[in-house]
Amino acid sequence: MQNLRESKSLIGWLMVSPLALVLGVFLVLPIIMITIVSFWQATEFSIIPAFEFDNYEFLFGSPVTYTVFLNTFKYAIITWVFTFLIGFTVAYYLAFHIHSLTWQVALFLLCTIPFWTSNIIRMISWIPFLGRNGIANTTLISWGVIDEPLEWLLFSDFSVVLAFVHLYTLFMVVPIFNTMMRIDKSLIEAARDGGANGAQILWNVILPLTKPGIMIGTIFVVTLVMGDFFTVRIMSGSQSANVGRLISNDIALLQYPSASATAIVLLLTVLIVIGILLRFVDIRKEL
Amino acid sequence: MNAAKQDLELVSLTKRYGDTVAVDTISHHFKPASYTCLLGPSGCGKSSTLRMIAGHETVSEGSILLAGRDISPLPPAQRGTAMMFQNYALFPHLSVLDNVAFSLKMKGVDKSERDKKAGEMLELVDLTALKDRRPAQLSGGQQQRVALARALITRPQVLLLDEPLSALDPFLRIRMRSELRKLQKELGISFLHVTHGQDEALALADEVVVMNNAVIEQAGPAREVFNAPRTKFVAQFMGGHNVISLPEGQVAIRSDAVAPTEAGQGRIEASVVAVEYQGTHVSILTRAQGDQEVTAVVPDADFYASPHNPGDLIGLTWDQTNQHHLTA
Repeated sequence: MQNLRESKSLIGWLMVSPLALVLGVFLVLPIIMITIVSFWQATEFSIIPAFEFDNYEFLFGSPVTYTVFLNTFKYAIITWVFTFLIGFTVAYYLAFHIHSLTWQVALFLLCTIPFWTSNIIRMISWIPFLGRNGIANTTLISWGVIDEPLEWLLFSDFSVVLAFVHLYTLFMVVPIFNTMMRIDKSLIEAARDGGANGAQILWNVILPLTKPGIMIGTIFVVTLVMGDFFTVRIMSGSQSANVGRLISNDIALLQYPSASATAIVLLLTVLIVIGILLRFVDIRKEL
Repeated sequence: MNAAKQDLELVSLTKRYGDTVAVDTISHHFKPASYTCLLGPSGCGKSSTLRMIAGHETVSEGSILLAGRDISPLPPAQRGTAMMFQNYALFPHLSVLDNVAFSLKMKGVDKSERDKKAGEMLELVDLTALKDRRPAQLSGGQQQRVALARALITRPQVLLLDEPLSALDPFLRIRMRSELRKLQKELGISFLHVTHGQDEALALADEVVVMNNAVIEQAGPAREVFNAPRTKFVAQFMGGHNVISLPEGQVAIRSDAVAPTEAGQGRIEASVVAVEYQGTHVSILTRAQGDQEVTAVVPDADFYASPHNPGDLIGLTWDQTNQHHLTA
């Protein structure tokens, strides 16, 4: 008996070890390394191993940091609002208004079509569309809606958020759709039996029961947007910055200690945000 | 209120799903303030009928009258009906109290008022102590009582129950059915209860409506439907009956009305196939003319006074009044 139990725990250890190894080497170790490097010293031409708080002091002492963090939060919040509104609506339509499973699957696949091309291509395709002489502007001019090209369509906060929403809405649709499909349809009937109209059912039954899915989608979108640097660079035409760009600029200048410190602060910020989100909803039910 | 005006009546009610007819032009008048069971095998149309009355299924043809008005085009909450769902359909994110108060909240009743009314309802089903729990923290029987309270708070004229006892264990089922019966008497409203268990229907119902293949086979007081089945289906579905082909046609006779006699002295001749002791009774399975199986259920004292063994030839007899002619 004892033997069997021991061998069982051994098998258990063996089964988790590949994943543990991968996560250890490629996630935990790099983070430890970044943490260590963030305390190092750097000059214009050298990096010196040390244990100093210079990088953090500089980071928290610079007004640029606060502006950039604020900007990152701004992108995250605006993107969240739009991905949530679109994602919830799409998921709601798929889950409650399409009754045949075949159509549900077909329309769901339709939602994933943008994902068949790479992120970068999808992003860059916006440029000829939104540009000064792009399709959007020429169309609007030819319709007579505007007289001269709209300048804010491209290389602006608008285009950054547009690209984020385009890239990440599906991350909202999938978990919300998944949660909605698990809602017992007789609950909707019971609500109607109790006199609830469509809006009341949505507010009192569907929305609360969909919270875990919304929360999972929110975590996806918020972490993706807060960690991004490429979309902001391309879509803002290098005119606005977020934390990711701060880090990538430091790396380009070989200022690894400073980049590491910024990365650690960003990591902690994102973890705190997720921690706060998880306070609101218990997503364990969903996993 | 005038009781006669609260009658529920189905008029040529039909439900079609594409080409399939789930309910085929049924008409029935339900007695007011009575406990009615819609009984039948799965797929017979009883649930569709109930869901049409509740308003969760559209009516293909015909109408549903309640208190003299056609309620079939109305939304569920305006019909004067309330439904208790098979799996109870309690809102998992709401407390017991909020579940019961749900319909009041939808009507815009303010919180203190609806909590007071919901509290009274919970008192009725004896759940006051558990009002702050979530449905998942309740037993099956308690969940059912919450569902009952939630349905009754709308003050329905007819309470519709969709297989309300099927999710409970046998012991609880028997206890809950007496509670349902008691509640119906106290409230003085109509209960319409869908079930596939004839024992449940017999135990509960003032009136039993037996459905099969989308139509009503027979309707009447429980005792009448059991004692005098009109069709072969009803006789077999209610159980405890022999269906025998006699020269005058097919008849149904209750198993306990059939008595064994000496060979040659009965109405028909039969050979004993098996004898089963069942405690208070002994069941004698016989094979009569034309390869028909006939069961006689005899009090154990009578059987052991003149026992029969498998292979014996015996006669079977019964009273003419116990013989019911079957139309189909």
